[in-house]
Amino acid sequence: MATAEIPYQETVPLHHPKTWLGKYVFSQDHKVIAVQYGITAMAVGLVALVLSWLMRIQLAFPGLLEGFGPDEYLSAITMHGMIMVIYLLTAFLLGAFGNFCVPLMCGARDMVFPFVNMLSYWVYLISVILLLVVYPLMLFTDVAPTGAGWTLYPPQTITAGTPGADWGIVLMLASLAIFIVAFTMGGLNYITTILQARTRGMTLMRMPLTVWGIFIATFLGLIAFPALFVSAVMMLLDRLIGTSFFMPAIVSLGQKLEYSGGQPLLFQHLFWFFGHPEVYIVALPAFGVVSDLISVHARKNIFGYRMMVWAIVAIGILSLIVWAHHMYVAGMHPYFGFFFATTTLIIAVPTAIKVYNWTLTLWRANIKLTVPMLFALSFVLTFIMGGITGLFLGNVIIDIPLSDTYFVVAHFHMVMGVSPILAIFGGIYHWYPKLTGRMLNDTVGKIHFYFTFIGTYVIYFPMHYLGFVGVPRRYYETALGGTFPDFYPPSAHYLNIFITIAALVVGIAQLLFIYNLVHSYFKGEKASDNPWGANSLEWRTPQTPPSHGNWDERLPTVHRWAYDFGVPGHDTDHVPQDVPRKESA
Amino acid sequence: MLVALILLAVVLGSVAFNFLSPWTFLELGSNWALIDFTVLVTFVICGVAFVILGVYMAWWVYKYKYVPGRLSEYEPENPKLEARLTIVTTIGVVVMLAPGLVAWDQYVRVPPDATELEVNSEQWKWSYRLPGEDGIFGHAHNKYITFENPMGIMEGDPYAEDDIIITSQTVKIPIDRKVKVLLRSKDVLHDFWVPEIRAKMDSVPGMVTYFWFQPTLLGEFDILCAELCGRGHHTMRGEMHVVSLDEYETWLDAQVTWAEMKAGAIPLSPEAMQGRSVAESNGCFACHSLDGTRMVGPTWTNLWGSTVQMDDGTSLVVDEAYVRESIAEPGAKIREGYSSEMTPYEFSDEDIASVIDFLKSQIQEEEQVEQPESVE
Repeated sequence: MATAEIPYQETVPLHHPKTWLGKYVFSQDHKVIAVQYGITAMAVGLVALVLSWLMRIQLAFPGLLEGFGPDEYLSAITMHGMIMVIYLLTAFLLGAFGNFCVPLMCGARDMVFPFVNMLSYWVYLISVILLLVVYPLMLFTDVAPTGAGWTLYPPQTITAGTPGADWGIVLMLASLAIFIVAFTMGGLNYITTILQARTRGMTLMRMPLTVWGIFIATFLGLIAFPALFVSAVMMLLDRLIGTSFFMPAIVSLGQKLEYSGGQPLLFQHLFWFFGHPEVYIVALPAFGVVSDLISVHARKNIFGYRMMVWAIVAIGILSLIVWAHHMYVAGMHPYFGFFFATTTLIIAVPTAIKVYNWTLTLWRANIKLTVPMLFALSFVLTFIMGGITGLFLGNVIIDIPLSDTYFVVAHFHMVMGVSPILAIFGGIYHWYPKLTGRMLNDTVGKIHFYFTFIGTYVIYFPMHYLGFVGVPRRYYETALGGTFPDFYPPSAHYLNIFITIAALVVGIAQLLFIYNLVHSYFKGEKASDNPWGANSLEWRTPQTPPSHGNWDERLPTVHRWAYDFGVPGHDTDHVPQDVPRKESA
Repeated sequence: MLVALILLAVVLGSVAFNFLSPWTFLELGSNWALIDFTVLVTFVICGVAFVILGVYMAWWVYKYKYVPGRLSEYEPENPKLEARLTIVTTIGVVVMLAPGLVAWDQYVRVPPDATELEVNSEQWKWSYRLPGEDGIFGHAHNKYITFENPMGIMEGDPYAEDDIIITSQTVKIPIDRKVKVLLRSKDVLHDFWVPEIRAKMDSVPGMVTYFWFQPTLLGEFDILCAELCGRGHHTMRGEMHVVSLDEYETWLDAQVTWAEMKAGAIPLSPEAMQGRSVAESNGCFACHSLDGTRMVGPTWTNLWGSTVQMDDGTSLVVDEAYVRESIAEPGAKIREGYSSEMTPYEFSDEDIASVIDFLKSQIQEEEQVEQPESVE
């Protein structure tokens, strides 16, 4: 191979930042932006955690919290849901992992558009501020956070019977629209970088599955988020200048409103056209991360790589035609039920294949039970649980009795709350050494793992059964002696108390994680360049943590996939991607 | 070892919980046994898959734990195994989907002999309309709604005259009669749900949605609202009594038709009329009923001049001072059995006087008052 040819991009001088501000605040380095996204998402996640405590305390011990009435409860469920789905999970998996992993794993110097990438973070921060500014505003004005539920279904979103229907909802919609701008700037970067800036030899079918997950998730985001964007704008118009996109003629609390002729179901279609792919925008990067963690820490190639890639692609495409399974009881044309139940259950096949392949990767492996591996294994189990309860709800007729009950709450928390968060934790424990140059504390990590995994499981597994009993979701009071119906057995209320206690414990256990992150940053054991013995390119950087520009003069050249573990005929149990193949094959 | 045991414990514990826990569907009260059957099929298939995968995971984590120097088996793909697993999964999915789609087909095709029941929903109460002797509903639309015409029935529609209007939150249904439920909403989305019946459907303002069922169990069932509808969502509660045909006929005879309702409306004085419109435009009737029904707040029927119990054990007579205070500062005195959920309102003296006139107009003779429904 002629060594004289050095591609253009390798010789382009990077504009290294000259000031502290340029290096750490308005940085264009994808790794710094990833940290900024990560810290912001975790901070806003803590707000959501506290809100969930308030809700759980109200459900188990009604009346204990002074001043936490139905308005505050509904605002809490709305803000909790919105934060977790959009501002934490989407922002973390794509903003933090996407930014950190994509250029490093593809062997690129940075994102293709570093300036736009930086803007993406700052616009995201504006959307977060706009989302949370309602809390300080509450203290000084009569603006209240919206209590419309995170699905924001009109007409109640902007009518008087809902808390925050005047200005709270306006802040929420504006924040969402701005988030989508931020996402688009980030997303275009991920896709362009993956398609244009892979290093020599990094064919698409050699990319680590993390990159595949982020790649397809970003595609979905760029298709789905515009639907949310237009529905947010249309609802703002309905609210502010009196259009009737979503508003039919109604009489709200005795007052005839000016609206007429709008269609509430139109909003639901737009919302779920975004909302269902959103599930996979969160799930696909988590799938990718978990695939890589399992393979690396089990010291075995991921089983059925090509099938895993095509499953991600198939899930991505199918996820665009299943949205109305959220609307089986919404009053849409009943024949839609046949179509959407069928597409939804078809999606179970590629998803199940992924689960089989994760499990089969363990077969005849050499499994190191490191903290990232523990999180990855627990992800598989909670994802199976969340997946099979999805088979209940996706099958239209079973959804009829179970929709809008705690079964749904348990299902989506298991599949879209617990699972991706376990994957995020696993990913953080896995990549922290590369990011900071220090290892996280193993003992604290294991304690954190056991509390988080077992704790979340005992919160959400029994909760499915409250749904069978018939406890509706989004009820301010479900305790006996309140306004709840007679058929709710006392034993179910004790279960509710148990769930609340478990939720409090799991929440407190997260302090261990934050302690570990901060303490290890200063005092943690020094990490080597490749502490886990992994193969993908981020572990092959000349420095740890990688410098601005990631690589030396030359970009690495890729000769193989990222999963060469236990290859016969090698001295070590793994062969990194940039190690050439032996001449004689 | 510990990890494998914990994984195994989680899997087996989940199975044990499923069989030992007391929580499951309520007794089926309708024809929808096929729904319960589909749930059972799904439970079995998913449960078996969950146990197999979980046990294998735990077993392999234990069996293949790290041994330094050992190499794992290098097997990137196994097309035959992958194909087999895909086929088995597809079969499982088909077995679950098939009864589900058959049941859905029955759910969306209403039998021709079903009788119709219109359910009206609004924040935060239910009311009902039956088509009357001609079996046809008069045309109705939200744009026709007034205080005297709460269901928005079109003026001059001959089919409307014999429609039966039930403003109480309780509806009775004869056992074994197929019912097509037509759902309408005055304001926001609601969802009519009786857990024992299994069926539910949203009501959407501007359109009429439907489902059907056939009650098979005598009894009194709660009607819950299952779609978030604002701050009173959890208090929106009706009752459906499934009764014998005789009892149903007796109940039906006691209900008023639309024609009777129009003729029997008690005329209000202009001051009381003014008070009613003040109350209406401030949303008072979302929480205070005018028929003796208990809602979020106390009913206004026979309230004026009555002696009421407070939650601190005292009692007082409802007079102008109390009404004035309860509007401006609702938390000051709370009726026994109610909670402090009302927000304060600033009314002018004139408005308060008119509301009091309206309260006075709501004093009825004892025998006309419906029995207050017990809510527990």
